[in-house]
Amino acid sequence: MAQELFSGAEMVVKALKDLHVKYIFGYPGGSVLDIYDALFQQNDIEHILVRHEQAATHMADGYSRSTDKVGVVLVTSGPGATNCVTGIATAYMDSIPMVVLSGQVATHLIGDDAFQETDILGCSRPIVKHSYSCRSATDIPSMIAKAFHLAQSGRPGPVVVDLPKDKLNPDEKYPYHMPSEIKLRSYNPTIKGHSRQIKKAAHAILSARRPVLYVGGGAIIAGASELLGQLAEKLNAPVTTTLMGIGAISGSDDRCLGMLGMHGTLEANKTMAHADVIVALGARFDDRVTNNTSKFCPGATIIHVDIDPSSISKNIHADIPVVGSVEVVTQQLLEAFEKEESSLDAEAIAGWWKQINQWRAQACLNYQKNDKVIKPQQVIESVYQETKGEAFVTTDVGQHQMFAAMYYKFKRARQWINSGGLGTMGFGLPAAMGVRLAHPDSDVVCVTGDGSIQMNIQELSTCLQYNLPIKIILLNNGNLGMVKQWQDIIYEGRYASSYMESLPDFAKLAEAYGHVGINVSDPTKLDDAVAEAFALKDRLVLLNVQVEEHEHVYPMQIRAGAIDDMWLSKGVKA
Amino acid sequence: MQKILSILLENEAGSLSRIIGLFSQRAFNIESLTVAATEDKSLSRITIATTGDHRVVEQIIKQVNKLVDVLKITELTDISHIERELMFVKLNAKTPDAREEIVRTMEIFRGQIVDSTNQLYTVQLTGKKEKLNAFIRSIKRQSDIIEIVRSGCVAIARGERALVP
Repeated sequence: MAQELFSGAEMVVKALKDLHVKYIFGYPGGSVLDIYDALFQQNDIEHILVRHEQAATHMADGYSRSTDKVGVVLVTSGPGATNCVTGIATAYMDSIPMVVLSGQVATHLIGDDAFQETDILGCSRPIVKHSYSCRSATDIPSMIAKAFHLAQSGRPGPVVVDLPKDKLNPDEKYPYHMPSEIKLRSYNPTIKGHSRQIKKAAHAILSARRPVLYVGGGAIIAGASELLGQLAEKLNAPVTTTLMGIGAISGSDDRCLGMLGMHGTLEANKTMAHADVIVALGARFDDRVTNNTSKFCPGATIIHVDIDPSSISKNIHADIPVVGSVEVVTQQLLEAFEKEESSLDAEAIAGWWKQINQWRAQACLNYQKNDKVIKPQQVIESVYQETKGEAFVTTDVGQHQMFAAMYYKFKRARQWINSGGLGTMGFGLPAAMGVRLAHPDSDVVCVTGDGSIQMNIQELSTCLQYNLPIKIILLNNGNLGMVKQWQDIIYEGRYASSYMESLPDFAKLAEAYGHVGINVSDPTKLDDAVAEAFALKDRLVLLNVQVEEHEHVYPMQIRAGAIDDMWLSKGVKA
Repeated sequence: MQKILSILLENEAGSLSRIIGLFSQRAFNIESLTVAATEDKSLSRITIATTGDHRVVEQIIKQVNKLVDVLKITELTDISHIERELMFVKLNAKTPDAREEIVRTMEIFRGQIVDSTNQLYTVQLTGKKEKLNAFIRSIKRQSDIIEIVRSGCVAIARGERALVP
């Protein structure tokens, strides 16, 4: 029997199938029409047609964050590809595995400024883990397999594969060869911690009198939640998470102090500032955590566990660096404790908790409700009650994002989905759509603001086409709230371009797209409105909540101060 | 302080741009950069001279290592190594006196005249950066420099050490 032959376009589709891809998020155009034609002739992979390519990347991103699979994007050359740049950068900053297949003009036209030609590999170079350009159709399967391997191994990230149109030609067919194993001589991420470093770290941890576990997104990527719980229990240590680490440990766990950093809890930042041993697990000492690095936790011994060596000692010097996956290293630490002769000073740890509980007793997340206007915090609490803490929550960027991070107690990893590193407004809605596709039986909530929602609102149309009944909780304060907050605090209330005049009627807009829109502004009717939105199981509901215009997010770090120099409310310092 | 880094990487389209892009993206300095394929055509060898304190150089090494195309990177500055740079200098040599002076200075620095016209000499010189700089300072006093081109440094470790796959 003659060997079956495939065109480049067919190889793209077959390779994705072989890599168990279920959804592709994309938008057709001239240079990828051969791939679309190949997609049309099969039923294994569903293509989700977005309304803007940026949304395709965020959908793939949300899909990936809520599972642990690679999100796949397919776009045409030129504007199709450049529209992906923000989404690729978003995935890069948060280490999300994504493969972007971008069309390209035919090889002989490259460099001629052909119609819809852009050097997307050049455009995306600083924001990808790696990228490939296809030189021969027969390379397509192995190139895509390598892209997947790179995207999801080590520290994950986005990979771009550029596909010139002539390599996809349906009239030129070749044998298909998919390698059974991917090996790259130049790429070998370290997964297991070095035994000497593990021993040092274990010794330092057991000698600690005031330890803290500082947990970031790396713990979620590594799937380390269970071991992390064991570690916290074994050490009886407090745990604080970064914005990206939320959910790595349950928000209701007694040892969880909540988020640290710029809008972290008082107890989390105080605990960090007073700790004698900080165990950073898959966190990267971001400037939104450390505040002024020269004042950062001067007394602490810092143990930094990260799969990416370049994250270690980049911002803050690590006394004991450990390169490896958070999951594997945590397991190694637990084993190393058994061999250590020294043991924890339980009395010291008890004293440490006494101190921490005093900070906790200040209840820094308390806020004043009233019966005239809805407070944004109470909306998140209402959604939390209604969904029993089980929903997937995506957000955009701004005050609403911080309120969601602080007031929804997430139970597990991958339940909280936001653009932490890049801070991409317009992320929330498309990300929620990707989450819903991956979890068709779960409640998926997009908490957003009146600014952010308008950055990808066109995707309401996609939601109707693919029946994605997301609940959009719009905290509408008529302002770019976080910008306004900074202008209040730093610019003496000069609201330069932070007020959004002529906002649309969001509820009606949702209805125009074929969904349900609900308005609420009366605090006494909030819970009922939220319940009504979630009761409509099969409909997308946009709940437009008019909230207090002048609310600030507190606590908030004081600029250029130490990690625990904070405002607790307007004009009140910790 | 100047540091010399040697990098072994895949000789593929875009590899060099990833290295150069990384330096500009993260605000690292490049004093000089040389690149060529090795005897094994699938690999390229880059020598970069950069500046920065210990922390910066450690970050450079880690960030370069993180690039998927890079097999190995090593810093040569702190180990025993040999470094050389090639320079061509085109000099005005209109008068017989000037020509004589150029030849004398060139001989002191062990250079060679590789091209000459009625008006000009082109001198070739190899050595460490400091030697080439000293030659320029010295020749400037005797002749007009028309043009200079320098290769940037290449370097290799002494002894058994080798940067191989």
